[in-house]
Amino acid sequence: MLEIKNLHARIAEDGTEIIRGLNLTVKAGEVAAIMGPNGSGKSTLSYILAGREDYEVTEGDILYNGESILEMDPAERAAAGIFLAFQYPLEIPGVATMEFLKVAMNAQRKARGEPELKIPDLLKKVREAAGSLDMNMDMLKRPLNVGFSGGEKKRAEILQMKLLEPKLCVLDETDSGLDIDALKIVAEGVNALRSPDRAIVVITHYQRLLEYIVPDSVHVLYKGQVVKSGDKSLALELEENGYAGIVGEAA
Amino acid sequence: MNIQTQPQRTPAETALIDAFGERVSYLPGDSVVTVKRDEAIEALKTGLPNRKVEAWHYTDLRRLLATVPAWDGTLAAEACEPLVAGSSVLAVLNGQAGKVGTIDGLTVERLADKLTDGSLADTLGTLDAADAVGAINTAYVADGFALAIASGAALDAPVELQNVQAGGQTHVRFDVRAGAGSKATIVERQTGTADALATSISSLDVADGAEVVWIILQEQPDDATHLARFQGRLGKDARLTLFIMNAGGKLVRQEVNVDAAGEGADFQLRGVNLLAGETHSDITMQLDHSREHTTSTEVLRNVVTDRAQGVFQGQIRVAQRAQKTDARMACNTLLLSDDGEFSTKPELEIFADDVACGHGATVTEIDHNHLFYLMARGVPEKDARGLLVKAFLAEVIEELDDEVVIEALEARLNAWFDAHG
Repeated sequence: MLEIKNLHARIAEDGTEIIRGLNLTVKAGEVAAIMGPNGSGKSTLSYILAGREDYEVTEGDILYNGESILEMDPAERAAAGIFLAFQYPLEIPGVATMEFLKVAMNAQRKARGEPELKIPDLLKKVREAAGSLDMNMDMLKRPLNVGFSGGEKKRAEILQMKLLEPKLCVLDETDSGLDIDALKIVAEGVNALRSPDRAIVVITHYQRLLEYIVPDSVHVLYKGQVVKSGDKSLALELEENGYAGIVGEAA
Repeated sequence: MNIQTQPQRTPAETALIDAFGERVSYLPGDSVVTVKRDEAIEALKTGLPNRKVEAWHYTDLRRLLATVPAWDGTLAAEACEPLVAGSSVLAVLNGQAGKVGTIDGLTVERLADKLTDGSLADTLGTLDAADAVGAINTAYVADGFALAIASGAALDAPVELQNVQAGGQTHVRFDVRAGAGSKATIVERQTGTADALATSISSLDVADGAEVVWIILQEQPDDATHLARFQGRLGKDARLTLFIMNAGGKLVRQEVNVDAAGEGADFQLRGVNLLAGETHSDITMQLDHSREHTTSTEVLRNVVTDRAQGVFQGQIRVAQRAQKTDARMACNTLLLSDDGEFSTKPELEIFADDVACGHGATVTEIDHNHLFYLMARGVPEKDARGLLVKAFLAEVIEELDDEVVIEALEARLNAWFDAHG
């Protein structure tokens, strides 16, 4: 489903190279964890997948279902089924959460040539999804993420993911800022989305999240490259020995 | 009206002065009103204010108002649907007040009658030598409405004062007195269909303990000139929320003069400027905190695109006795084009020593992080930009605390975006 080939990318503004020859393949149905120390390029990778303009791909390619997405803007990628759950979801004053959900869901439906959702159907879907994440509907009347706690923001991200039903989910440090109860709820939300036709990429610094979202593969990112791949035992090994050992091997 | 003598009159100045001889016979007024009109014409003879006059520095009226159209008594205007359904509508149609309906809790009179009997003569005249709006309007005001809201009355529905021009020149006044402890929402609707010169002055007296929400919705056509003033006086513990939406006109000057004259009075100004095309739009506020414990906040949000130019001058004066005044002013602008401009001039004049006053102004573009976030959810760039611009404005509208009014104003906002998007 996702194939990243020899990807090189830099910050557009100052030319700093962050991703330096990254290779990664994630199949449909797979949950892949990407781990790595701070500054290894994890968040950058997530932004590049979503199409953020602040980064420039200088070499290599990203294939989604066999086709390059590099020329697509973020909205086109989203409509094609790519979803990024942000590490720091943005507060957008003046846009009610419910209104935003409606606009986003209908924009994607429109891009796929589907009819717009009727309001009662939309409300029903949102109510169900919010309920499963233990979120109350009053929160959705407030401006998007404004005044939400860290945990509420992360839940709102997962809510959007559930409603938009993407095919490739990229979760950037979704565990940061969550207490254990919130972490469990969020993880359940993600697990409920596991399916044979969907791939999930979980980017995380700590192994903790992977106890709840058990990955099929684990990849260690260091200095903009995948330096080691393995199964879930690799995450445990990292937990025990830290990144130093693996990074040492790579160097 | 300028102290310096003007070298040569502009066509507009000449027309405004010369028309008086012919117009005066049509204008209502007793001898006191007539003297006021004569004085106003004398003031106009010194010329329209130019950029050397501080209050008009960003709006050089002499240059911008080069010509004015002639009166045309043959034109007819029609009242429009009120902003809020169920409002009591009082319409001035191309300068002439229409039917005076009866509305529970208030008395309504035609302004022409109040000029004829001289009872509103003291509200006419100019504020100072540079008061072009006052001078033109005083010289030529023909009609409008005078409203008195009974003490203690709480109006169920908004009263909408419409000023609809069909062309030529219209000069209108609204005079509203809100009795002690009364509550009302007034909508002042400024609109029309032609390249008219419209002047309009609204006076509001909010008596002790009364509460008024006053909404100015200015939607003149793209080639009209609109020169207006809102002047308010607040009694003890009186509350006034003034909301201004400027969404039209070629040359617009909206002056706001408010005196928080009673202890504990509160004034809230919220404004939305939607500026496109070649429009030049100016809101100039002068707010006096004259007594103790008076409070105010002023928040303006502006969207500027094409070659539009916007101006906000906000002057807050705190009198020496007005201790414990709390005043905050903010003016935020979203610039959507390279050729648009917005000028802001805050001014604080504080003579009391125990007050809290602040002001801030920003001019920004759309936040790229916000744009990316919306696009990452599948919202196409154009729609995402539209959503963010509307959100920037909606924040101010939604402070109004009345769902029906908020929805109605957001509908006008959407109509503007549909026409200028």
